[in-house]
Amino acid sequence: MARDIKNALDIDTVLENAGILVCCGSGGVGKTTTAAALAVRAAERGRRTVVLTIDPARRLAQAMGLTELDNTPRSVPTVDGELDAMMLDMKRTFDEIVLAHSTPERAEALFANPFYQAMSSSFSGTQEYMAMEKLGQLRATGEWDLIVVDTPPTRSALDFLDAPNRLTSFLDGRFLKLLLAPAKAGGKAYVKVLGAGFSVFSRVITKVIGAQVLSDVSQFVAALETMFGGFRARAEETYRLLSMPGTAFVVVAAPEPDALREASYFVDRLAQDGMPLAGLVVNRMHRSAAESLSAARSTTAAEQLDEQGDHQLAAAVLRLHAERVQQAARERRLRERFTRAHPEVAVVEVEAQAGDVHDLAGLRRIGGELAGGLAEAS
Amino acid sequence: MTRQTPAFPYEASATAKHPFRDVRLHVVTGKGGTGKTTVAAALAIALAAGGRRVLLAEVEGRQGIAQLFDCPPLPYEERKVASAPGAGEVFALAVDPEEALLEYLEMFYNMRLAGRTLKKMGAIDFATTIAPGMRDVLLTGKVKEAVTREDRKRRTGQAYDAVVMDAPPTGRITRFLNVTTEVAGLARVGPIRTQADSVMAVLRSKKSAVHLVTLLEEMPVQETVDGVSELRSAELPVGAVLVNRTRDPLLSEADLAAAEAGGLDRAELAAGLKAAGIEADEPLLDTLTAEAADHARRVALEQEERGALEQLQRPTYELPQLPDSVDLGGLYRLAELLTEQGMAG
Repeated sequence: MARDIKNALDIDTVLENAGILVCCGSGGVGKTTTAAALAVRAAERGRRTVVLTIDPARRLAQAMGLTELDNTPRSVPTVDGELDAMMLDMKRTFDEIVLAHSTPERAEALFANPFYQAMSSSFSGTQEYMAMEKLGQLRATGEWDLIVVDTPPTRSALDFLDAPNRLTSFLDGRFLKLLLAPAKAGGKAYVKVLGAGFSVFSRVITKVIGAQVLSDVSQFVAALETMFGGFRARAEETYRLLSMPGTAFVVVAAPEPDALREASYFVDRLAQDGMPLAGLVVNRMHRSAAESLSAARSTTAAEQLDEQGDHQLAAAVLRLHAERVQQAARERRLRERFTRAHPEVAVVEVEAQAGDVHDLAGLRRIGGELAGGLAEAS
Repeated sequence: MTRQTPAFPYEASATAKHPFRDVRLHVVTGKGGTGKTTVAAALAIALAAGGRRVLLAEVEGRQGIAQLFDCPPLPYEERKVASAPGAGEVFALAVDPEEALLEYLEMFYNMRLAGRTLKKMGAIDFATTIAPGMRDVLLTGKVKEAVTREDRKRRTGQAYDAVVMDAPPTGRITRFLNVTTEVAGLARVGPIRTQADSVMAVLRSKKSAVHLVTLLEEMPVQETVDGVSELRSAELPVGAVLVNRTRDPLLSEADLAAAEAGGLDRAELAAGLKAAGIEADEPLLDTLTAEAADHARRVALEQEERGALEQLQRPTYELPQLPDSVDLGGLYRLAELLTEQGMAG
């Protein structure tokens, strides 16, 4: 069907060879469904596969046998192969890292700190970072041939790549160092080390948010500090993992200007960071098997029938067909605009489904389409 | 089934002709990809009609408003971006948390310089990173300031007749608006807490309404239903449900049912095509009946989703899919439709 795609994405070869497959794209383009479909297909083609999903729709989660959020991969028994699936629990993953890098007492103190609670459950970027962390953990067990990762539903696909950096630069921030200085220098050197900067700071803080907050912040920061080395090393390690051979990125988009623009940014960014891109999946494409009957011809015919005042059914069906052909043409133009700008990116299209996919049969069908685009193109 | 009338006294009536006439802060949320920025902009234009002045504020640093109105990126400054019928004016503002904090420090403490120093030290970045709730207080605080700002030169005495906020998506909206709870653990007392409480007082009043934009698809509708119940448990006033990009069914009800069941009258279809001079061969008939069946399935699914939305018992307005991507002309058309349906005006 996608006969005009010159550079078709050969998804089965990707599934065969990749150790990590990351699905990215802006929110609402069908990323989670694509990740699940790819994982099912890989497992059924004989690879031991685990899929890490972030925020699946309830019924899709049920289709994968995910009934509880317990941060542990669970086997999906209905799949004809070895597939595990898990949903990311951001807070729990954060807690686990803290426990791994600290004494139990220190960890307890940190868990009780209101700033830790706020940051571990809602820091913009925590979800992305924890997805990366979990990916690193899954990979370290060596239990799976292939790890498929769905990325958080962010506004921008780039957030996922930026998360480790953001955390690292936060940990290296001048201000954080400033807050830590007293703990290092010990009581009296406090004011001396910090100088004017700190007196401004404490004046504003005390006035605007109060002294209690300042003490909570200091405690939080001091507790975090003991784990910094470990944090940074892990963030960098996971980031490296993503650029290694064996990792493949699949960018997912819908045939809409915003989603394809976002996909474009992401493709450029991957190239810039030297990360391996497998290709682009364009979901929700509309097609017509009778495009030779053009939109204009159909509309004229429908009008003609209206004038005759007869054959209402045929007139309506013709209008429907005209709409569909127009939509298909619009979507194809958008996709072509992308391929012209990025001829090196392999592409596969997936046809729009009448409803949302929430069973294994649906995931298999999409997996087939993801792989079948190639067969039809060649 | 016993019929229960939910007790949400702070929500606008679901049956009034103009349920939001007295609302001054319209918060517009929606799942990503449902067109919430477009709907927020159309609502701002609709509310500005008839010589009113409306502020359209975005809080996510996306510059979505500038893109929509085809103007350069918005600075931290209120700028006129559009006119509305009858000498109305729409101003726009991209709220930035750092700038909002500096402004706040200056306004209440005359400490703008201190603020600049803190910014240079990375303190503001730090504070909003470890305490996202503070960031939200700054963003909502600025919007609340615009809602309550006075202007004696204007007949109403207020700087803006209404403020429309292009808010974070449905999945995060309750957390974003529920600022008191979010900062409570961090700042039990003190000015931040006081500020959060005053923002909350406006958000929880009848002067505010949180509108949810959705499409007639399963995921957006599910998020809308979840969003409404979260907002209600936080005692935030749920406003309207705005169904975006609707399409009229093209087939009659009987034909839809037949098409869905795979029993469309093929002979009649073939006769019609012939009458219009189109050669009705079998492959074409197969394709057209399959397309009609697809359409019928979609209409049926949309009907199911409509039913789920009705259960929310909120004023519901529909905006049709425009033939092309939304340009300025399209925005005015959507604004008209909102006015015609009674959401504005």
